[in-house]
This record gives sequence, C-alpha cells and structure tokens, in this order.
Amino acid sequence: MSIIVFTENRGGKLKKSSFEAISYAMNIAENTSKPVVAVSVGELGDDELSALAKYGAAKIVSVNDPAWKSNDSQAYTKLMAEIAEKENADTFIFSHSNEGKAIAPRLAVKLKAGLITNITGVPANFSPLTIKRKTYNGSAFQLMKIKADKAVLTINPNSCDVVEKPVDVNIEKFSPSVAGDGATKVENVDVVTGKILLTEAPIVVSGGRGLKSGDNWGMIEQLGEVLGAGLACSRPVSDEGWRSHEEHVGQTGKIIAPDLYIAVGISGAIQHIGGVSGAKVLVAIDKDKEAPIFKYADYGIIGDAFEVVPRLIESLQKFKA
Amino acid sequence: MKILVCLGNVPDTTTKIRFDGEMKNLATEGVQWVINPWDELALTRALEIKEGSGGKIEKVSVVNVGKADAEPTIRKALAIGADDAYRIDADPSDAYFIAAQIAEVVKNNNFEIIFAGKESSDFNGSAVGSMLAEFLDIPSVSAVSAFDFPDGKVVLKRDIDGGKETIGIDTPFVTIVQKGISINPRIPAMRGIMMARTKPINVSQPVAVDTLVEYETFELPEAKAECKMVDPENTDALVDLLHNEAKVI
Ligand SMILES: Cc1cc2nc3c(=O)[nH]c(=O)nc-3n(C[C@H](O)[C@H](O)[C@H](O)COP(=O)(O)OP(=O)(O)OC[C@H]3O[C@@H](n4cnc5c(N)ncnc54)[C@H](O)[C@@H]3O)c2cc1C
Ligand SMILES: Nc1ncnc2c1ncn2[C@@H]1O[C@H](COP(=O)(O)O)[C@@H](O)[C@H]1O
Repeated sequence: MSIIVFTENRGGKLKKSSFEAISYAMNIAENTSKPVVAVSVGELGDDELSALAKYGAAKIVSVNDPAWKSNDSQAYTKLMAEIAEKENADTFIFSHSNEGKAIAPRLAVKLKAGLITNITGVPANFSPLTIKRKTYNGSAFQLMKIKADKAVLTINPNSCDVVEKPVDVNIEKFSPSVAGDGATKVENVDVVTGKILLTEAPIVVSGGRGLKSGDNWGMIEQLGEVLGAGLACSRPVSDEGWRSHEEHVGQTGKIIAPDLYIAVGISGAIQHIGGVSGAKVLVAIDKDKEAPIFKYADYGIIGDAFEVVPRLIESLQKFKA
Repeated sequence: MKILVCLGNVPDTTTKIRFDGEMKNLATEGVQWVINPWDELALTRALEIKEGSGGKIEKVSVVNVGKADAEPTIRKALAIGADDAYRIDADPSDAYFIAAQIAEVVKNNNFEIIFAGKESSDFNGSAVGSMLAEFLDIPSVSAVSAFDFPDGKVVLKRDIDGGKETIGIDTPFVTIVQKGISINPRIPAMRGIMMARTKPINVSQPVAVDTLVEYETFELPEAKAECKMVDPENTDALVDLLHNEAKVI
C-alpha cells in the first residue's frame, strides 16, 4: 500500500503547502513503511518537480497535459482514483486549500475512505490513524479516528513542519484514461500574480478600522515590504472598500496560520480571531489597552498606530541592515 | 428548474465553546442556534435568482439533516422565503452520513441546482457539499463567490489563488459558496413569518450508511501566556523580542 500526496502549483512553481503535505506523508510513511507517491497536475518542468524529492517523494506521477487545465473537481477525483489503483494506495494527503477541499471529500466518497479535514498536527496514532483537527473556528480541537481501510486527509497550510529528506527522483509522465475536460468551462481568469499568497505567507501584516481610511495604508504596505509579508485586513476594512476582499481574514474571510501576524488597529472580535488563531506569534498594536486583541496577543504595543508603525518600520530597517 | 439549499443548524458565532465532562459533546445549555452563516447567504442568493429568473426557477427548497430541535432554524429559512423544506430525522454528526441523506432528497425530487456552504461554523469540515456531488456523480464548483443566471444560463465566479475564474456550467451541479455570494442575509418580514407557519416541512427517516470515521474527544486550546507589553517609544525592543525570543524574524 502506498501514500499519495496531491501537490498544487501556481505560476509554474510548487506551492509551499505541497512540501508540507509531502512531509506529512513522510511522517506516516516512516511509521507504517508505506512508500510516498506525489501527484502533480500542471505544466511543471522536471527541475521544479524534483524539488518534491528533496522532502522524500521517491516517485512523482506527473500529468502535464493541456486537457487538465480546467480544474474540474469531478474529473480530478476520477484521475486520483485511477492513480490510486495504479499505485495501490490507501492514504491520500491534500492541503486544506480551495483545491484540496474541492477534491478530497469527493475522493473519500468515491473510494469509501474515511475523511479527516482541517488537520493541524501529525497523527496521534498510526493504527488506526487518529488525528487532531481544528473545529469551532479554532476555539477547539477534535481527535478523529479512521475506521475504513482507506483514509483521505486535508492538512492546514502553515501548520505542519517541512522536513528535508532527500531521495533520488523518479518522475513518471502519466496519461490518464479519464477525460480532463469536464463539465466546468473556465471562461475567464483574472489573477493578480506576483503578490505573496496570503494563505502561504510566513509573515502577515494586517490593518483594521483603527486606521480610519484606505488612504492610510501606505505605512502598512511599507511595514509589509520590510518584512516580506503578505497583507491582510479585518472585515469592515474590506466591506468599506478600503482594501480588496482578497485580504479579508477571519471566520468569513481567509483562514491563515502564519508564523507571525501583526494586527494594527484591530480590536480582536471573535470572528476575526477565528481566522488567525493558528498564527504562532501574534503582535497587536492598538491604542485601547482594553481591546480584546491583547488577550490573544503574544506581544502588544498600546499606542497610536500612526506613531508606532513608522517607528517600527525604522527599527526593522535598522535590524535588516 | 428547482433549487435546493443545504441548511446547517449551528451555534451562534459568538457562542462560548465548552464541552461536557467527558469532552465528547458541546455543552449546549444557553446556546442560540442559527442558520449556518454561509447557508443563510446561499439561500438569500438562491431566492434572488428565482425572483429574477422570469419563472425559469420554479422553487427554492431547503434541506436539513437534524433532529426536531432544528425546526426553528428551518422555519426561519421558510420565513426568509424558501418554498418548502426537507428534514431527515437524524443526528447530524458525520459529513459522509449527512451528504448521503441529502443525496436521497436530491434524487427523489429532481433538484438541478444545489447550494452548500463553504463550511459549517461548528464542525468546519468543508466536506458535505463536495461529498454530496460525488454521491450524485455530478459536477461541483467550490469557492464560489458569485452566481449569475443570465438568460437561464449559469455563470459562476470561483476564487483561485490570488484571483478569480469565471465558469460556465450546465445543470445539474452542486455549488459550494463563500464570501461574496450575497452581502447581507435576507431578514424574515412579518408576512414571511406568518406564511412560514403553513409551508410544509417534509420529514423522512435516514437511509443506512457505513461509518468510516469515529469522533473521539474534543480539546480546548492551551491557555495563552500573558501578552508581553512593549513600550510604544521603544520599537527596537519589539524587533529584538521577535528575533531573539520568538525567532520569527
Ligand atoms: C457572522 C459574522 C462574521 C464576521 N466575520 C468576520 C471576519 O471574518 N473577519 C473580521 O475581521 N470580522 C468579522 N466580523 C466582524 C467582527 O465582529 C468585528 O466587527 C470586526 O472584526 C471589527 O473590525 P476592526 O477590529 O477592524 O474594527 P474595530 O472593532 O472598530 O476596532 C478598531 C480598533 O482600532 C483601534 N484604534 C483606533 N484608532 C487607533 C489608532 N490611531 N491607533 C491604534 N489603534 C487604533 C481601536 O482601539 C479598536 O480596537 C464578523 C461578524 C459577524 C457577525
Ligand atoms: N446537518 C446538515 N444538514 C444540511 N446541510 C448541512 C448539514 N451540515 C452541513 N451542511 C451543508 O454543508 C456545508 C458544509 O458543511 P461542513 O462540511 O460540515 O463544513 C454547510 O454550509 C451546509 O450547506
């Protein structure tokens, strides 16, 4: 039996979450003696694919075919089932990303596998597979156990370690017998490229209503730039149109788990915290010492953002120099 | 054409999460139950589409897998404007089970467009909508932030990394919706509340389904250490802490 990892790519590059998924699979592999097979769908060169072997994927099944562009979850499920049979797989690892969430539950039904989503840590037990997942918007965790002979798992980005375990690479070009052009017809794509993906960013700088207006975001962008960070905001900020909806984090926006989250002028409502409680370190800058955000923060500065942020940028520039 | 909206019954988003002594079940005392926020927005959009469809959409129904205590939530959906409701009388504890039950309702009543939410705000599984589509062997589109129905043709917008895709799709299909699908949920009006009393809730018994996962105990996150306060005049100290103590920069 083998373990299959579904990898994801963007702009010709593998996503960091794919390496996390490989590392997750390697952890199971070492405890169950099953080989790890990575699946890649997309136009990736062998050099890029080889990066997967650095984390332990000894075999890579690559579907590099323009017919597989539309990202139809029904077709992808059939593809994964076909590869599962070929590789004799019983464990399937996805990222808990838009793509992973679209395919993994379908695959679980198709293969009659037990499904555990929203995973935040390595297995507590390998036989039967027992894993901790996030629930109640980060207010709690839940242990789940697989009862079926097969398991499908989705791992939260930025919540499990990436470990280097280099192996020799074996890339197999695969032509599936199932059709890739499914029922979903992509008519138009509108992508803002070049930006740091919020869900993958190790550092995120975020602004709230305390900043008063979208015109005041220059210093947030600058703070983001010195840190190489992704940018986020609270819901009212995106509702007001101060910032794009892409940046909205929280229960109703994106859910992120960076190493460092810096909240500026954000009060820390429970629905906001629901999107960022996975952050390893939370810094809050707010002028109100009673703001609930300080209950969740590791480091806090009570002060006027318009004075503190420029000063912090200077300190960081000094530190980076 | 008929639309079905999946309706989760969940604790209000501000509920303080606590569990019973064995950490097996949510302590439900004093909990307010509401329509899962995504499903409320899905229902709002489904009704708008029906109203603008010039009769092409005949009806919008809602479905819930739940015990009788979910009926106030279902009645609220009827008061908002759903035409009728289906309730499968069972404990909604497992996504695979829930999806299998909803699949029966779809098959027996020929729904062609099915809405599910991105995730339930209690279980956070992000699973039921996609599982349902696989049970029915029909397409599903996830991360949908806009649903338009010009001239009876479906056009969806789906979020992808750093952008959006416009997608055309033929019925039947499942759409799994998130932020943007509609902005504010519709609120029941007095007339709607009166009418909801006479709208039918069709209750049926669940079909048997295998158990593929088991739910063990819940855990609460560790209590957070006290927040370390840094002097606003001394941002160098914060940089030092982030570098040397937290090791994140
Ligand atoms: C169902 C539901 C879902 C929701 N989902 C989300 C979600 O996903 N994400 C989300 O963010 N919210 C969400 N909300 C909204 C949430 O409840 C809060 O209203 C929102 O998070 C508040 O945003 P804020 O912190 O930016 O603004 P505020 O609460 O207004 O806080 C502004 C903060 O800025 C501080 N401030 C003001 N001036 C300065 C200054 N000069 N310098 C420093 N600090 C200053 C203030 O002291 C205050 O603490 C949701 C609400 C509901 C009901
Ligand atoms: N008990 C239920 N009855 C009907 N629909 C449900 C139920 N539970 C979940 N759903 C639907 O599935 C979506 C995703 O739920 P989940 O997979 O639990 O995150 C929800 O937004 C609902 O649309």
